[in-house]
Amino acid sequence: MSLVSASLHASRRSAWFLAALAPANVALRHPARWQTRSVKTQPAYEGHIPLNWFEAGFLTLGSAFMSLANPRRGDMVAALGDLTSGPVLPRLRDSMLESAEGRQILKDRPRINSDTVDMNKLALLPEGTFGNAYVTWLERCGVTPDTREPVHYVDDPELAYVMQRYRECHDFYHCILNMPVNVEAELAVKFFEFANLGIPMTGLAAAFGHLRLTHAKRQRLFRDFVPWAVKCGSSAQSLITVYWEKRWEQNVEEMKQELGVWDSPVEPRWGKPLSEARAAAQKRGETQLQQQAS
Amino acid sequence: MQRTLRLAHPRLVLSNCRPHCPSSLVAARRNHQSAPQSTQTQASASASSSTFNDNRDSQRTTHFGFQTVPEEAKESLVRNVFDSVASSYDLMNDAMSLGVHRLWKDEFVSRLKPGSRGPLRCIDVAGGTGDIALRILDFAREKYADRETSVDVVDINGEMLKEGYKRFKKTMYHNTPQIAFKEANAQAMPESEFPSNTYDVYTIAFGIRNCTSVPDVLREAYRVLKPGGTFACLEFSHVNNPLFRTVYDQYSFSVIPLLGTILAGDRASYQYLVESIRKFPPQPDFAKMIQDAGFSTGALHEGKGGAWIDLWDGIASIHTGVKL
Repeated sequence: MSLVSASLHASRRSAWFLAALAPANVALRHPARWQTRSVKTQPAYEGHIPLNWFEAGFLTLGSAFMSLANPRRGDMVAALGDLTSGPVLPRLRDSMLESAEGRQILKDRPRINSDTVDMNKLALLPEGTFGNAYVTWLERCGVTPDTREPVHYVDDPELAYVMQRYRECHDFYHCILNMPVNVEAELAVKFFEFANLGIPMTGLAAAFGHLRLTHAKRQRLFRDFVPWAVKCGSSAQSLITVYWEKRWEQNVEEMKQELGVWDSPVEPRWGKPLSEARAAAQKRGETQLQQQAS
Repeated sequence: MQRTLRLAHPRLVLSNCRPHCPSSLVAARRNHQSAPQSTQTQASASASSSTFNDNRDSQRTTHFGFQTVPEEAKESLVRNVFDSVASSYDLMNDAMSLGVHRLWKDEFVSRLKPGSRGPLRCIDVAGGTGDIALRILDFAREKYADRETSVDVVDINGEMLKEGYKRFKKTMYHNTPQIAFKEANAQAMPESEFPSNTYDVYTIAFGIRNCTSVPDVLREAYRVLKPGGTFACLEFSHVNNPLFRTVYDQYSFSVIPLLGTILAGDRASYQYLVESIRKFPPQPDFAKMIQDAGFSTGALHEGKGGAWIDLWDGIASIHTGVKL
């Protein structure tokens, strides 16, 4: 027993003495023998990749560079988001714990993808409901909820879920703000998210994402959308606490009033639907055929 | 107060860390845990039944990086790895070794001196993207004005061969008899395409550790070589100096999978790569295996008159043998 308290004491006080190559979180393990490992390199959840400080720094720099160089690398944007989210995730989790809806989310840990969300059922809902609006928006933009990279680099499983939840709800924010998926609209939503949730990656995207726009587009973004996005985001309720899956039948306008969001003063540019949804549907059809054949 | 110094021993530590794996690797692990009957199509292992098989003697296992997998599965797992890395293979080699792999390959080819004693028929196995083949042909041409030396590039993976073919299209050897690309398994090269006693030089660079059965590869090498032919293998090996080895291990296990994540979006393949290097037999053991296959090698030591040469103190090493 004294060995336990001794190693507890040692771990807590001298955490920073630990070999510099230890991963960021120091989890205590009950020592069974004389050889104590006070750092954990086992994955804490499915998809978890523990990194030590050097690896985390290396990946942060590498993913930042890669995200700017090739913004289509969604996995790099996700990695940068994971690595920079450190101080904010506990705050978001606490705000979830403060609301009844948020607590339910943390208990249930719902996921959003085509398996958990029945798109056909939502399409049948009456016009004006949130479920119908969501499906309409998905079709209009040509995207699916399946292309989100899972969280890898957050060490605590609950905080990793909060991050995953944020990523999966991103499309819902698009939907209630009535924003398409082109670059300017994405940046507007990022400004909104930064004002509302405070996640550093959204701030980085907001700060650097517009550098790749043409001058005219950037002007339009900052004149028409950014003031609205920031005002709306900062005054709205923290959207991470909203249990979207329980609100499919709710009227959209009513929901927007409840959450404190309103449409942008200027209508954004809606382009052609992307091929993402079509490609995903094709792949689903192929796998179904394969399963039927085998 | 007992507190152990956490030794930076990534081999033991990181073998517990199984990060995001492609489904083939996950399937392999599940496959192994549920001990299924050995089937031909191990790649779709998740579909196989998970009944415990009592006839364990029919179940032979081998290593796939630090994982243990059924022997039949390794080939398709390796194929998946190389299918996924093929398009960025050369870029990743440069990034991971900071360009040093070029020096190693130059050293390897210059030791062979192709063309110094007349035109040679060479076979470069696991030669996918054609690095060694191109160097052999260029060396013979530049040093000895030899345009008759030919290289047959053999690889089990079609994607890698495609990359090699693309690269050779940019050179003067395209559509000449000097280069040919053939898809075959190094452990079982069909006699019709690869008759015995045909080649003067057999090279295999950074490929043999991915093969399921190294003795079979060596046996095939012995078969296709002419008497007097040379066997040469360039492969990652074990570092001798303990301090350098620690630094190298740290670099391997920390930086290389991250480079894979960042540049290629594929961590698992590069994790496999660094693990497979550790699993390969050390230099004396491998030299003994070459001798057992029938080759005549130098004495079992490094350096002049020895069976192998270490490059960068053992990060890579060149093993040679002669068929008498």
